[in-house]
Amino acid sequence: MVHSRTTQRRRAVILGLVGVVSLSLSACAQSQRGTDNSGSGAVGGTLTFGAAGAPKLFDPFYATDGETFRISRQIFEGLVGFKPGTAEAEPRLAERWEQSPDGKTWTFSLREGVKFHDGTDFNAEAVCFNFNRWYSQTGAGQSEAVSQYWTDNFGGFSDGAKPSLFKSCTVKDAKTAVVELTDTTSKFPDVLGLPSFSMQSPTALQKYDANNVQAQGDSFAFPEYATKYPTGTGPFKFVKYDTANNTVELERYNDYAGEKAKLDKLIFKIIPDETARKQALQSGDIDGYDFPAPADWAQLEKDGFNVAVRPAFNLFYVGLNQRNNAALRDLRVRQAIMYGIDREKLVKSQLPENAKVADEFLPDTVDGYTPDVQKYTYDPEKAKALLAEAGVSNLQLNCYWPSEVTRPYMPNPKDLYGAIAADLDKIGVKCNAVTKPWNGGYIEDLDQGKTDLFLFGWTGDYNVADNFLGQFFGSPTNRINTGASPWGQQLSDDLHAASIEPDKARRIEMYKDINKRIMSEYLPAVPISHSPPALVFNSKVKGVVPSPLTDEKFAPVSKG
Amino acid sequence: MLRYVVRRLLQLVVVILVLSLLLFAWLRSLPGGPVSALLGERATEESRRALTAQLGLDQPIFVQYFRFLGRALSGDFGNSTGVAPGSTAMEVFSQRFPATIELSVLAIIIAVLLGIPLGYLAARRRGGWFDNLSVIGSLIGVAVPVFFLAFLLKYLFAVQLGWLPSAGRQTSGIDATRVTGFFVLDGIMTQEWDAALDALLHLILPAMALATIPFAVIFRITRAAVLDVLDEDYVRTAESKGLTTPVVRRRHVLRNAMLPVVTTIGLQTGALLAGAVLTERVFGYPGVGEALAIGFERRDYPVLQLLIIIAAMVYVLVNLLVDVSYALIDPRIRTR
Amino acid sequence: MTGTKKQRIDALAESTVDKPEDSGVSLAASAWRRLRRNPAFLVGAVITVLFVAVALISPWLAPHDPAARDLADQVVKARNEIPPAQPGHPLGGDPQGRDFLSRLLVGSQQTLMVGVFATLIGLAGGLVLGTLAGALGGWVDSVVMRAVDVMLSVPSLLLAVSISALFARPSQFTVIIAVAIVQIPIFARLLRGSMLAQRGSDHVLAARSLGVRPGAIVFRHMLPNSLGPVIVQATLVLATSIIDAAALSFLGLGNPDDSVPEWGQMLGGSQQVIDSHPALSFWPAGCIIVVALGFTLIGESLRDALDPKNRR
Repeated sequence: MVHSRTTQRRRAVILGLVGVVSLSLSACAQSQRGTDNSGSGAVGGTLTFGAAGAPKLFDPFYATDGETFRISRQIFEGLVGFKPGTAEAEPRLAERWEQSPDGKTWTFSLREGVKFHDGTDFNAEAVCFNFNRWYSQTGAGQSEAVSQYWTDNFGGFSDGAKPSLFKSCTVKDAKTAVVELTDTTSKFPDVLGLPSFSMQSPTALQKYDANNVQAQGDSFAFPEYATKYPTGTGPFKFVKYDTANNTVELERYNDYAGEKAKLDKLIFKIIPDETARKQALQSGDIDGYDFPAPADWAQLEKDGFNVAVRPAFNLFYVGLNQRNNAALRDLRVRQAIMYGIDREKLVKSQLPENAKVADEFLPDTVDGYTPDVQKYTYDPEKAKALLAEAGVSNLQLNCYWPSEVTRPYMPNPKDLYGAIAADLDKIGVKCNAVTKPWNGGYIEDLDQGKTDLFLFGWTGDYNVADNFLGQFFGSPTNRINTGASPWGQQLSDDLHAASIEPDKARRIEMYKDINKRIMSEYLPAVPISHSPPALVFNSKVKGVVPSPLTDEKFAPVSKG
Repeated sequence: MLRYVVRRLLQLVVVILVLSLLLFAWLRSLPGGPVSALLGERATEESRRALTAQLGLDQPIFVQYFRFLGRALSGDFGNSTGVAPGSTAMEVFSQRFPATIELSVLAIIIAVLLGIPLGYLAARRRGGWFDNLSVIGSLIGVAVPVFFLAFLLKYLFAVQLGWLPSAGRQTSGIDATRVTGFFVLDGIMTQEWDAALDALLHLILPAMALATIPFAVIFRITRAAVLDVLDEDYVRTAESKGLTTPVVRRRHVLRNAMLPVVTTIGLQTGALLAGAVLTERVFGYPGVGEALAIGFERRDYPVLQLLIIIAAMVYVLVNLLVDVSYALIDPRIRTR
Repeated sequence: MTGTKKQRIDALAESTVDKPEDSGVSLAASAWRRLRRNPAFLVGAVITVLFVAVALISPWLAPHDPAARDLADQVVKARNEIPPAQPGHPLGGDPQGRDFLSRLLVGSQQTLMVGVFATLIGLAGGLVLGTLAGALGGWVDSVVMRAVDVMLSVPSLLLAVSISALFARPSQFTVIIAVAIVQIPIFARLLRGSMLAQRGSDHVLAARSLGVRPGAIVFRHMLPNSLGPVIVQATLVLATSIIDAAALSFLGLGNPDDSVPEWGQMLGGSQQVIDSHPALSFWPAGCIIVVALGFTLIGESLRDALDPKNRR
């Protein structure tokens, strides 16, 4: 036992030295499916991946957590998928789709010969069964904490209590399903690529009572389907969740319709402590893990591990709450704060190598991004001048930063806050630091608008401007309380108008226009950075394509 | 006697009920909690309110408490929200408890196997360099923060030398049959030797870290007890009668010194849980201690509630046992 | 550290009354005589005096402001670079670009505060409970002591962790409170034991027969006599509270605001980079170990000095 471990380590080191690295870091971002795994990837073996937390359940429709999605992305597929390494939608279980001129009717032509893990057929009936299941949730199943992705993207349910974007799903023939919507939307069809909207086996759903979710005490109890029998069409099958050993085990699905998985087994081992994960990788207990701390990247690479950096698809911003401090309702004060934060230096010193300064609230890969916005380069003198012009002196703000958390866009909140507060101090803005645990009051205080200035961010779900801008400013009672300023309602209305515009070209122009106005006229928050999260693997692991959506597929991955 | 025990048991029930109420009320008065944990970044004030209502968290605390109590009596302590979402709090406890017991037992074995012989040797060579060195060593052992020591051990033996695994209870991919939840025992029972050995290897480093404080304590108790016995007249007599040292050692000294040592071992076993919180965290070892640590971090109230109540119950029961055994020995206590 | 917690406390309490009646030498004087010759005590005393001295003058000793990010330009998170040792900064900087030596020096202040306040609060709480129980007796005694015993049977760190987790927002204050509450039962049992032991002693009986009010007996006669064991316990508590505070920081229950440094927090916060920047962990860890050792040495040798067995 002991011996095999050391030799394994040694071999790993040698391989690393020889440099058999098909996983070429940043290049992966642009690479297409097939280029990475066409080579010598060995078939077989077990890959153990370190996860940071326990998955909530295995039915992605009810899930909201990344730990669940990472696993369900291997077991399930949706009608739509994302091109590996990008946020671009591509056909998956649907071979192609057509949109009616009014944008409300979508006809999906399905792949043939696809079978669920329980041997039943995937067909149009299964598609409509899934849509209807989502739409007809009742009771606890309607809770935002349970079917959050549905309520966020489709609104209400069949009981009609709230309007729903979804109208109906009809089976045209075995391989054609027609989905009707109540409105046009920019989200379709990309939204169907979210893991929550994966296709699940109708037979298994019924057999294991999948809809029987109950609100119980402080939380929700999920049926057997979600904990033991998730059944999809993906390249891996669920085997078991060994809660005593904290591992989730998947195995290759041999009847997979596409290119079959190379690994025999894929195991997710839950190691909550970040340092413990790193050392588990170094000692050979796991083959890779997610979100290594940026500070560790260099060391890990030096030790012969491959750090696979994802394209940044997130935004870190400093929110300027309009409600509590009158000074913050003055555009000049907000501009002064933006001029006063040395974002260039912040990104260089505190964030990972490939992080970029954010000039607006969209990553540049999202349609609607425009380089043509007002820029704010670091200028403390100008900041002071603006403050003086606004007649504000001795500005004191309650500045919130979260403890006990790291987010992909915010790897080290304490250090980021320290740098920002120090910069603000130089232009005469004093920060009273308020720190609360992320889950112990931070988000709650933000939601209740108790802040003046706060650190927050967002990781995109799919490549649509609304997924960013709508999230931040869509409602005037957002965390920044844009509604407290005269333009807040206008901004919300404009965003809504853009999101339901059926003509794509026109929609993009609308978003560009909104972006320009946000940066010059509104500036409700200071966009700071887009910061790439990473995964790390030992050098034997090949074929991982890091995805901006954290949508990494393990099917083409091999361990040689 | 019976009446005494019954009275104390009733007291215990009252203590646990009061404690659980206080704990329940306090945890719910804290910011954050299940609603934040469930909704995360996407929360809005509106969805927060809806969920609070749905989970019944907006009702008076007593109503909530009695509902909790009602469910608790049927064994339902709620679902974990952070440690192992998807499991019930009871499952979290029942799966992690054997892990911690297994770890603690090994730690105590290490502490005893090292502490008693060293303590004995130190006492026999009282004032010598070995004695002084080991006494200072035991003092330093107590002064080193446990988690720091655990890190050093892990870094040296797992990361640098690669001799031992660094995290978890068992190498993933080993197909082990679960019987009792004690992995080493399971491996032996099912004759899956590789699984048993693997589980044992996973235990060694955390057990070593966990063993330092009990080792230091057992060492010093043994040393002190042996010194006391050596000072007793009968040992001097035995030696003056010409009995050779090994005989004196075997017949008299160790046997008489063992009583306080055994008591200490028992008490130290109970105290291990504190060290386990730190050690299990460092080694990502899925035991009760780690559940407590993650529970605090992620505000998993159902799990915290259950674990703290169980811990309190165990402590109160242990106290009761101690008192009852004293009462059995000393009848005067009963009448008080 | 010998014996069970309760036994240790009780033995310490007993030592209060075991006065050498006719020797003519006061208890303190005889203990001092033995202490002076004990090398362990001397080592402990030197460490402690140095520690306290550094803590007191550290603001003047520190070459830089421990909160100023002087070296922030040299921090590159992406390459895990922190400011190296350089002229003016002999230990380099921390991951936020603050002078590490200054933080280490000034850190002694907060560390001392944690230890001292935890001990004082624990002592004050224990004093109230112990005096109440010891002086009043009866059901007050049984209720208080039952509660105290239950608290004593819980491992102290676990109790501290539970307490600090119950605070909504961790801060230096909550750390001190959590570590202090754990000490209350220890002092309570100690003081009560010491008072009970004195109840039957000659000077208390004499005072009582002279008609001195019970309150006066407690405060003028019993408490001063309990001082010895209390000091012993207090030095030991100073050590454990510093170590426990570090453990709380490691578990993320420490003070999240690190503008004012504290060793436990420095250690707890640097575990993540222990392999790439071991100095960040080893310095505070070394300081904690040495200081805790110093207090423990003093406490243990004081205990030995007060132990009637050694007086023979």
